[in-house]
Amino acid sequence: MKTVSKVYAFLVFLFLYAPIAVLIVFSFNGSATMSRSVWSGFSLQWYARLLQDRMLLEALRNTLVIAVIAAAVSTVLGTAAAVGINGMNRWARRAVMNVTNFPMVNPDIVTGVSLMLLFVAVSKAMGGRSLGMVSLVLAHITFCLPYVILSVMPKLRQMDPNLYEAAQDLGCPPAASFFRVVLPEILPGVVTGLIMAFTLSIDDFVVSYFTSGTTQTLPIFIYSMTRKRVSPEINALSTLLFAAIILLLIVINLRTAKDGQEKTAGKER
Amino acid sequence: MKKRIAAFFAAILLVFAPVSAASAAETPARPGVTINVYNWGEYLSAGGDGSMNVNAEFTRRTGIRVNYTTFEDNESLYSKLAGGGANYDVIFPSDYMVARLIREKLIQKLDYKNIPNYRYIDKAYRGGVYDPKGGYSVPYTWGVVGIFYNKKYVKEKVDSWKILWNPKYTGKILMFDNPRDAFGIAQKILGYSYNSARSDEWNAAAKLLEQQKPLVQAYVMDQIFDKMSSGEAWLAPYYAGDAVTLVRDNPDIGFAVPTKEGTNFFVDAMCIPAGAKHKREAEAYINFLCEPDVAAANMEAVGYSTPESAARKLLPQEMREDPIIYPPEAVLRKAETYTDLPDDVSLQVDALWAQVKMGGAGQTVTLIAVLAGFLAVYIGVVVFKKIKRKRELR
Repeated sequence: MKTVSKVYAFLVFLFLYAPIAVLIVFSFNGSATMSRSVWSGFSLQWYARLLQDRMLLEALRNTLVIAVIAAAVSTVLGTAAAVGINGMNRWARRAVMNVTNFPMVNPDIVTGVSLMLLFVAVSKAMGGRSLGMVSLVLAHITFCLPYVILSVMPKLRQMDPNLYEAAQDLGCPPAASFFRVVLPEILPGVVTGLIMAFTLSIDDFVVSYFTSGTTQTLPIFIYSMTRKRVSPEINALSTLLFAAIILLLIVINLRTAKDGQEKTAGKER
Repeated sequence: MKKRIAAFFAAILLVFAPVSAASAAETPARPGVTINVYNWGEYLSAGGDGSMNVNAEFTRRTGIRVNYTTFEDNESLYSKLAGGGANYDVIFPSDYMVARLIREKLIQKLDYKNIPNYRYIDKAYRGGVYDPKGGYSVPYTWGVVGIFYNKKYVKEKVDSWKILWNPKYTGKILMFDNPRDAFGIAQKILGYSYNSARSDEWNAAAKLLEQQKPLVQAYVMDQIFDKMSSGEAWLAPYYAGDAVTLVRDNPDIGFAVPTKEGTNFFVDAMCIPAGAKHKREAEAYINFLCEPDVAAANMEAVGYSTPESAARKLLPQEMREDPIIYPPEAVLRKAETYTDLPDDVSLQVDALWAQVKMGGAGQTVTLIAVLAGFLAVYIGVVVFKKIKRKRELR
């Protein structure tokens, strides 16, 4: 039985990671023919080319700028919204949660097209400015927001509602008691929301495709290569992003593990 | 607080505020402005390996900055233009899309006085069927469609589209994943024009494609490079310009233009959308790309053919005389160019293409039945849960 489960786990991981492994291997392919299936020696030429490709780097920069702004803004807005929704009575809360959940189940393409129509109408009314960075950031905030609310809500529900009042009874002003009492309690949810918003924003193709105007994000840039060929530079870039994310995850896991140890140690004392 | 909110909105308004565009007609190209250029992906020399970074060079020479973005096919370019919200100054549609954009008044007439380098464009490439009077476009590249084949497995002479219907190569044939190019092949076998307005001809072409479907490994675009070089597929129609590298780097792969039936001669042109904010600067950009040394640098990077003999002379010998890039006169004489189809025909083509690829144009009845089934199951589950909960409460 044990071997079966081990084999099963192995197969699952193989299935998940085989494409990434292939991608990483071919980012080191030496062929000048840009082949993605024929191996011809190890080289770092695609990494060197990547650093010279200004268009690609600009697309990457746009993507990262949008992701950072969208994640930060939607986290702040979403946390505030979650606190407000949590304070409502049961029926109002249910109704509002349904409304906020709706954009998540709405297909991306519908969100994208409807946002585009809205932005085009607004920009026309404002003198025909082209869509671009501003509309992209607004669109990304829009679709990230429900995810932040969804990840903060459970933490708020778990929290003892009397904590906030207790803090004020002890003479803490309302704003300070939110930041010093409530926020630390719900922080894990907020951080989860932030990370989720960030990855969703980096990932997004469909909504960006419709709202990008004359700005190009990385996914759109890659997609536009498909008449000719997707250059192995993209493999190199994906490898670097993958490495960065792995590193980030390891650091986060180490830190939480350390935190956990300290907490248990503190309790024992 | 209110004041602060007002200031915030004022700031947002400022971001959107229109650039006061002085009428660009008479004024000379102004350095310092930024033009939005929308081109095919990987379709310009971007620098690296000692080649010219065309956009940087343009900025260096004129002081005009370039916001360069890319698209993947004519249809997405069209939807960007028709959808509004994006102000492009220079776009690169193909022949039939130029015709459609002219018809729908989405591009404007060029002022050739501002594009003196138009004189370098050879007479043969001016005034194609898509822009017969030649007022709207300047050709950027051209090329023909041909068949790639793996010499190891395909021993016979490749000179007819019919080889793509040969059952000997079942499962080793690739086909275009776009309707115009796929139908075009069938149309040439049947001896029809690409731009036929007769629905029976399109139906016959669709029937032929349906017959071919069991032999086809996949309908793909850029994947043909990998599939051909790895030997996964043996026969694939594609654009000559993209293939030069494939043939040069892989001695097993050959390229042939089907001379029996004739082929497609396509042109990707430069145009200026109606309502472009920087028409004068856009014309300067087009003019710059027609500069023979710039055109040669682009063609070297892209692999397509230039419509300028002056630029062709500057290319390295193996490119200048490559029969794939510059096919013999006989091939060109037999080739036909796409132009815009009437609306009802293009609707029919889309429907037929869906039918070819999916086998049946998605019957509405089945679709409704499936949706109704899902809905019934969903309602059933919800009702069941409600009843269960009520019972438990009791």
